[in-house]
Amino acid sequence: MADAKGAAERPLSPHLQIYKPIFTMVMSIVHRITGVALYFGMAALVWWLLAAASGPAYFEFVNGLFTSLLGRLVLLGFTWAALHHALGGLRHFLMDFGSGFGAGARNMLARLSLVVSLALTVAIWIVAYMVRGG
Amino acid sequence: MVQLTLPKNSTVSKGKTWPRPDGATSVREFRIYRWDPDTGENPRLDTYYVDTGDCGPMILDAILWIKNNIDPTLTFRRSCREGICGSCAMNIDGTNTLACTKGLDEVSGAVKIYPLPHMSVVKDLVPDMNNFYAQHRSIEPWLKTTTPEPEKEWLQSRDDREKLDGLYECILCACCSTSCPSYWWNGDRYLGPAILLQAYRWLIDSRDEATGERLDNLEDPFRLYRCHTILNCAQACPKGLNPAKAIAEIKKMMVERRI
Repeated sequence: MADAKGAAERPLSPHLQIYKPIFTMVMSIVHRITGVALYFGMAALVWWLLAAASGPAYFEFVNGLFTSLLGRLVLLGFTWAALHHALGGLRHFLMDFGSGFGAGARNMLARLSLVVSLALTVAIWIVAYMVRGG
Repeated sequence: MVQLTLPKNSTVSKGKTWPRPDGATSVREFRIYRWDPDTGENPRLDTYYVDTGDCGPMILDAILWIKNNIDPTLTFRRSCREGICGSCAMNIDGTNTLACTKGLDEVSGAVKIYPLPHMSVVKDLVPDMNNFYAQHRSIEPWLKTTTPEPEKEWLQSRDDREKLDGLYECILCACCSTSCPSYWWNGDRYLGPAILLQAYRWLIDSRDEATGERLDNLEDPFRLYRCHTILNCAQACPKGLNPAKAIAEIKKMMVERRI
């Protein structure tokens, strides 16, 4: 071992590059990403409210952006991000009590957070369109 | 610190393909991470073909077959070959497990083998475990008491003994810790699932009298609270233990002692 390579020269073994995507890990990563997305979504929401406060002309402009096809797609994503992040938060809350760690439970909870967030997103948008009338 | 990509000296290049065994009727392909400290080269992924008719049923049997029949320089740790020593922990088919308890029939297609993830590589499949063992040392994994020693042994009720089930079986193979992204990014400060499961094993031992001191030692944003319940640890453990649950129990103890 006299001429063994020192720690500094040794390579780091592959990690994310080779690890199989474990479902709970993927949902955890998505939780992070949606958390970041919510910051931008909140900024957009504040922008919309400020526009409403600053007068009809500017509000028309901003509201036009939000209701354009692209704007609606972003809002659709924002809805899902908020719901997925909230459900992920509930999942973590449950785990803080020491529940939901079993092999079946942990995967089911992760799956639920995905399925329920998608279903609620669709439901909210259907209701929104019904209320708004197109 | 989070670094999603590998450093320059660690990227894996395409390696050598070793010849197929002569006269073999059933052959299995293996792609194995190699790094030789004696050359200045980057790690590479070598391809081997194993005659499964001539080798045992486990992944460890196959890599020993490679070492004996094709390439004696292939380097890895192994000892008990029955899942109790934890030496042959490595990343097989994308998840961390023990080569000796993972069957060849559990993997489909070419078998990809890497060292435990995000570790400093000593050679081939041998990672540097020094930090991991130092972290184990830091939780003082032994019985600590202040009351005078009893004349015979420290007694424990059956119920109290049962609390150690699912914890004492840990063999410290590091499969869980090196499956944990939090440990990948903060392994220098976060203790990781294996060591925290060990910590909990002493925290709930009815004979131990240093519970408060042990909790004080863990009350730290990094040592304990880097666990974000990603749950790779519970999925990886080759002994079927649940480090994530043990960590949650420690977090609960932290809250409970405050109220």
